[in-house]
Amino acid sequence: MRNCYINGIATLSAQPTTDPDHFLEEIIEHTTPIFKAYDPDYKSYIKPAAMRRMSKAVKMGVTTAKMALEMASLDMPDAIITGTGMGCKQDSEKFLEKILNDDEQFLTPTLFIQSTHNTVGGQIALTLGCKGYNVTYVQEAVSFEVAVMDAQLMLSETPEKQILVGGIDEIPKNSTLLHQLDGQLKTEEHINVVQLLDSTTQGTVASEGATCIVLSAEKTPNSIASIKAVEIISSASSSTIQEKINAFLIAEGMTPSDIDAVILGNNGDSNYDYYYHDIQQALFQHTEQLCYKHLTGDYLVASSVGFWLSSKILQKQQVPPVTKVNAVTASQYKNILLYNQYQGKNHSIVLMQHVHA
Amino acid sequence: MATLPEELKTKIIEQLHLEDIEVAEIGDDDPLFGDGLGLDSIDALELIVLLEKEYGIKLKDPKEGKLIFESVNVMAAYIEKNRSK
Repeated sequence: MRNCYINGIATLSAQPTTDPDHFLEEIIEHTTPIFKAYDPDYKSYIKPAAMRRMSKAVKMGVTTAKMALEMASLDMPDAIITGTGMGCKQDSEKFLEKILNDDEQFLTPTLFIQSTHNTVGGQIALTLGCKGYNVTYVQEAVSFEVAVMDAQLMLSETPEKQILVGGIDEIPKNSTLLHQLDGQLKTEEHINVVQLLDSTTQGTVASEGATCIVLSAEKTPNSIASIKAVEIISSASSSTIQEKINAFLIAEGMTPSDIDAVILGNNGDSNYDYYYHDIQQALFQHTEQLCYKHLTGDYLVASSVGFWLSSKILQKQQVPPVTKVNAVTASQYKNILLYNQYQGKNHSIVLMQHVHA
Repeated sequence: MATLPEELKTKIIEQLHLEDIEVAEIGDDDPLFGDGLGLDSIDALELIVLLEKEYGIKLKDPKEGKLIFESVNVMAAYIEKNRSK
């Protein structure tokens, strides 16, 4: 698939990642297993009349879309492609609660209209007045990566286009509580999330966020990093993943030693973090290893934070110390590999590269 | 006790999520749509549901809404005349 360039990127997460002047120098230390995204001043990006009906996911998506477009110096993308694991579940839950509470009467349209998975993509298009291609992918923990792959395909056919790709997920109250019951989330009332990666209990911590990137086939003056290759694997054992990563690197003419830093999706789940631990020891023992979910929590498009982290590292040539999980430090950052999975499924492998001036 | 127009303003703000607007900012005769509060067609549907749920008024013809929702005072007068709860 075609190499593409990131010309603008914005991430809204449980850390103040939307502030362009900060790169995780100061962090918020969360202490509960479910924590919300850090709210920027949404009113700077969305008109109050439009915002009054927007759920958190829509506000996060529209805001990061505008931030990424501004960074890319682009007013109007040619296409909008979004990925979401859960969609606008907050409004879905409110709509269902109203059905129950009002005995299936007095149903209003707003919650229903705003409860579909493609609401965010639609609202971004409405806000911008974009009438181009608009598709939303719902593919669990690889939703964002699938959206990126669709953009790569489009750019290989129409290289003149600039595409806005987004990944958005919000915390739905009831579904998140169900995930605590089925073991996906930790049940401790208080938890030091910064220490998440040392956890020995099952489940992870839940949060929410949005990432938007502007992609093009050709390098522009605003390009900060490139996405060289993306691969997704539905289900695989740890040993198969190691083979897949090796094969992925060979296909790009590389070996693990060519990777300057590896960004991993460790989420403190004692049942599944062995996928990461195995490759940390077997493939990347002598490579700088970085993690981020002990800062931003996990959600189905949390891997998009890895794209943001990688882009910033490649652009700034510096790593936030709070993300480092081993003692290795690269001398420079040219090639960064991202690997993520959720509960042993939906694995993604991504290679990102430095853009030469 | 709040008058019906005041009560209506509170309910409109709540139902339509007009978070940045205070009751005092809505004039009794201000147009609700267009140049006034700037409500739209989705809000009209929300107001139809509000009439039914809060005052037991079921609009048979949604086009009636255009006249009824002209302003808070017009709405209040219609409710006084037709309410069943």
